[in-house]
Amino acid sequence: MGAVSVRDVTVAFGSLRVFQQLSLEVELGEFVVLLGPSGCGKSTLLNAIAGLLEVDAGEIWIAGRNVTWEEPKDRGIAMVFQSYALYPRMNVRQNLSFGLKMAKTPKDEIERKVAQAAALLQIDHLLDRRPDQLSGGQRQRVAIGRALVRDAAVFLFDEPLSNLDAQLRNELRVEIKRLHQRLGATMIYVTHDQIEALTLADRIVVMKDQKIQQLGSPADIYHTPANQFVAGFVGSPRMNFLTGRLERAGNGPLFVAGARQLPLDGYAFASAVEPGRPVTLGIRPEHVLVDAGSGWHGFQVEIIEPLGADNLVWCGDGSLAIEVRLPGERPVQLGTPLTLGLDPRRISLFAADSGERL
Amino acid sequence: MSTLVQPAGRRPRHVTWGRIGVYAFLLSAAAFILLPLYIMILTSLKTMDEIRLGNILAWPTVATIEPWIKAWSAACTGLTCDGISVGFLNSVRILIPSVVLSILAGAINGYALAFWRVRGADLLFGILLIGAFIPYQVFIYPLVRLFSAFGIYNTLANIVIVHIIFGLPIMTLLFRNFYSSLPPELFSAARVDGGGFWQIFLRVMLPMSTPMLIVATILQVTGIWNDFILGLVFAGRDNLPMTVQLNNIVNSTQGERAYNVDMAATVLTALVPLLVYFVSGRWFVRGIAAGAVKG
Repeated sequence: MGAVSVRDVTVAFGSLRVFQQLSLEVELGEFVVLLGPSGCGKSTLLNAIAGLLEVDAGEIWIAGRNVTWEEPKDRGIAMVFQSYALYPRMNVRQNLSFGLKMAKTPKDEIERKVAQAAALLQIDHLLDRRPDQLSGGQRQRVAIGRALVRDAAVFLFDEPLSNLDAQLRNELRVEIKRLHQRLGATMIYVTHDQIEALTLADRIVVMKDQKIQQLGSPADIYHTPANQFVAGFVGSPRMNFLTGRLERAGNGPLFVAGARQLPLDGYAFASAVEPGRPVTLGIRPEHVLVDAGSGWHGFQVEIIEPLGADNLVWCGDGSLAIEVRLPGERPVQLGTPLTLGLDPRRISLFAADSGERL
Repeated sequence: MSTLVQPAGRRPRHVTWGRIGVYAFLLSAAAFILLPLYIMILTSLKTMDEIRLGNILAWPTVATIEPWIKAWSAACTGLTCDGISVGFLNSVRILIPSVVLSILAGAINGYALAFWRVRGADLLFGILLIGAFIPYQVFIYPLVRLFSAFGIYNTLANIVIVHIIFGLPIMTLLFRNFYSSLPPELFSAARVDGGGFWQIFLRVMLPMSTPMLIVATILQVTGIWNDFILGLVFAGRDNLPMTVQLNNIVNSTQGERAYNVDMAATVLTALVPLLVYFVSGRWFVRGIAAGAVKG
């Protein structure tokens, strides 16, 4: 029995259908990230799980109970919002204890739980301050604390770090991961930031156009993306895409792009090879080999973006442009000729028309 | 090439003709408003002998507060001669419950419309707003029949209910727009925390509404205090508000017209709204801006 189970859920705003029979199973103690561009429906799905949005069809189960028609407070969930949503006229202590007070928890128990959560998040010294006297990072800690005191079976995060600056985001990201390891609670986390998704998730749900594009571990998503959208959305810098077609040579399949050719021995095809089929070849910048003995000759360094640890180098031969990630200590100069090696085991092939992985 | 370079053009001057024109306009506008007030206060401090001389702009030679005392406690409103103090107390008794209850009703309405998206909420709100545009003279006769059918016509409760009804559209509009401008996540968080309809309203939303409560109080205090027709029709003989009493004093023509008493009574009646304007100038401007939608 999973911790959260979304079964054939349909959500509609008026005549506009947002989801059509969407299903998702989340295991107990799992950290699942819903990842996608804005408008893909990930927040809508989270709100449906939280009970803040009525579903038109289908069922939602949490901890073995059908909660489809239950109020948010009775679902055993806690939620953290992007805009923190702290009650502005209450101090931190009152913010943390509001939910417990509503549930008529005894006073001493409220005090104990608030103290516990505050210690865990290192906000004990802020308990008597009001939200407007806190920094962004402190506010989000309080918002997480408000979720913690509820003893929920499932924690829902709706882009909790999007309003913070880069430094704080990294800090709190680690903190959320630590929290998950300590509590072992089930967490569902919505974000449009693929780095947050890759670093936090046990499993990632990539969404686009109200549909689940791929569901898998971060490694699956990163290394074997199910379609060209996932391949392009996950990973920074972006995967290189080269358009060409499939051919069959004497000893195996071949990728052909203009005058360039790449034998595909070792690529795990998911479907039969159809010669002449237009395809897109994808390869991540860090997987392009440089100065391999054999390979594609005649590339030149055109742009260098130094990142410190790495250099991102754009190489071109007049018709193709490929981005390559090189170690920072390796000297590169504009105009340097390079030979690029593409390892067939490291590439992804997508159908040019549907974008599906081949 | 390190010579000192002056910025191009002339340094802007602070006193320009445009500026002088603006001040001239503001001063004449202020005089236009203040002159009647000046004449009223001067006249109310003069004796009738001096008023008969006709120099309405002249400073009183012998200032007297006799007209003020008479206006407050001895002027005749029809048959009784207890001054306007009776009307003042009546107005206070009408004002306090009407203001408190109409604001509360508007706040609850606005909260429900903004957050609890019931089916047809927008239609309901639209109908309520239409109510704000229909001249209320249209309602008067049906309401009189209705209240007398319930047997509360011409009572204090009657006039309070009438003020709540006529305050409802604008109060609801005010609070609905305010609550719609708050982040909806705040409401979601309170629901996840287990708050019900009233708990979220009383513990989360109402404490945040201070600015709107002040604006609403200003609008309602001035509106209800200045009301004449509703008080005349619905309040009943024992509860006639100050505005109606003032009218009775000014219009009762027995012998000589006591201009000084009339002026004093008028200033006394205007005192409450004046006080509200002076105490809350900044908020009053916002109130006007919020009420501007009403047209």
